[in-house]
Amino acid sequence: MTIVNDPLNAKLGDRERLSYIASQAADARLNVELETEGMTLNIGPQHPATHGTLRIIARLDGEQVVWAEPSCGYMHRGYEKLTEVRTFPQVTTLINRIDWLGSFANEVPFILAAEKLMGVEAPPRAQWIRTILFELSRIANVSLFLGDLGVQMGAVTPVFFAFRDREYVLDLIESATGGRFHPNFDRIGGLKDDLPAGWIQETKQVMRKMRSFCDEIESLLFGNEIFQSRTRGIGVIPRDIALQYGLSGANLRASGVDWDLRRDQDSPLAWKNADWKVFTHPDGDSFARCWVRLQETREATKIVDQLLDGIPSGPVMAKVPKIIKVPEGEAWVSTENPLGEMGYYVVSRGDVGPFRVKIRSASFNNISVVPWVLRGVYVPDIITILASLYFILGDIDR
Amino acid sequence: MSQLSQAEAPTPTVSDTLRETIATEVCGALGDAVVESMVKPGDDIWMRLRTDAWRSSMITLRESLGFDYFCFLSAIDWLPSPFGRGEDDPTEPAPERDTTVRPGYCGGATRMQVFVRLVSSTKHVGVTLKVDVPDDAMTIDSISNVYAGANWHERETHEMFGISFAGHPDLRNMYLPTDFEGHPLRKDFPLLARMVKPWPGIVDVEPMPGGDAGDES
Repeated sequence: MTIVNDPLNAKLGDRERLSYIASQAADARLNVELETEGMTLNIGPQHPATHGTLRIIARLDGEQVVWAEPSCGYMHRGYEKLTEVRTFPQVTTLINRIDWLGSFANEVPFILAAEKLMGVEAPPRAQWIRTILFELSRIANVSLFLGDLGVQMGAVTPVFFAFRDREYVLDLIESATGGRFHPNFDRIGGLKDDLPAGWIQETKQVMRKMRSFCDEIESLLFGNEIFQSRTRGIGVIPRDIALQYGLSGANLRASGVDWDLRRDQDSPLAWKNADWKVFTHPDGDSFARCWVRLQETREATKIVDQLLDGIPSGPVMAKVPKIIKVPEGEAWVSTENPLGEMGYYVVSRGDVGPFRVKIRSASFNNISVVPWVLRGVYVPDIITILASLYFILGDIDR
Repeated sequence: MSQLSQAEAPTPTVSDTLRETIATEVCGALGDAVVESMVKPGDDIWMRLRTDAWRSSMITLRESLGFDYFCFLSAIDWLPSPFGRGEDDPTEPAPERDTTVRPGYCGGATRMQVFVRLVSSTKHVGVTLKVDVPDDAMTIDSISNVYAGANWHERETHEMFGISFAGHPDLRNMYLPTDFEGHPLRKDFPLLARMVKPWPGIVDVEPMPGGDAGDES
């Protein structure tokens, strides 16, 4: 064995030479080990960070994500097909289960679309109660997000607060509609029932509790240094990308787009009768998305408070035939749901059931930006970015 | 909290003259790409575009007309379902049904139509655009490189309706297994749950307690 080009060669004995070769070989092996080859990391379908069954396949280079792709369909229930064999009033039972944390809010755009085609308008009292229940489901939905947010970053306390306080809101929804999670309370032409006695006073108390819950979360989480360093500047979605991908709700407003369907479109619901603000944030990062949601929850409690004071009296149901046939036509109605813009494109052929219903759910668009936003982030940030985008699995898969 | 912006007073609600102006503006910019257009006051704008001008119209809509927000893309199968509403008795022979294809708003010459909804984020007005999908080729141009968000919507439409999008980077199934046969949202795809067992909801109209059973006011 001769080492021709080694300057040390002449001065070394056999023993030293061998140990030199061994050390060089060890170095070389170490270099090979450190040279990061691609690795594929599979998150889910059963993973606490995915709130259900979403699978994310991420290709990593060291700690960085090179490519990521969510894989949906573990919860696809085919609602668009099922609506074609249901009557119009039966459809609300299905669509309750799309975003199961804010069920009442799912019913509203579909019922509004059917009412638009029929030319029926619900009486003012029904519209006000609809708006109040709509905002209550937003509070119940987003308060769970605010609690869950901490868990994704290792803070366990907020989630207990969230589950405790959300229960007050769910109790209210239950006492008004009879259903805790799936109210199925909205009818074409109005509502199933009027409010129970004493509900208004009780709701006002709960709204006070929810405001102090928001304060608690704000002081527990939003000022926390770890929370800030885990969310600020992470997962930035610029305005142009957010619009192209059709992000909606708080995700869009956190990218600096001042757009809220409750304010910016004509709606028979009662939002225009309350005085409230739309919050936006210029940063577009995870922190901005969480911050906007916190403010919106607080704003929702104020909307409910104001509307409770001014509920008009009168019936809660317009005159509609017992067997509902919707005239031929097409209608699109969308509302600002807890997760973002939720809309239904309803095509009717004058039958008792719809001809075709396209369900535009917020989470499907919100999560389609994931391959874009996860490129280049570090592995622990995957979880916080997903949490801040906030999706419900039933809302992606429908 | 100085960097946090808050919205000013609510913007005025959209009026019908606004929709009509926008419809005229879009028709003018797209020229003969628009086959038919329709404005429902206080409701929405519908337009049908030529199949070969589909992608170029999208570029114009995005770049020059300010429709920067992509809402959704999907398709409609205008063939009336040969299975009706799935309420047939499986033991009886299937009844005869009218299966002539009849298009919806803004017309159409084919069985399948793709429709997309775009919104202007500054004017807060949306437009629903339809396009015919040729019956033999079942292919239209992909718009996923105009609106990035259309990528997933086109994948979904591809597996549910069997419509191909030329130029789409990756038309893998989103929901269905890879070896699934058929396109579930086509009207001639049977809903098997209804085929094997009669729908119990047929006897849905029960008399209300204390109410009059047969009244149809």
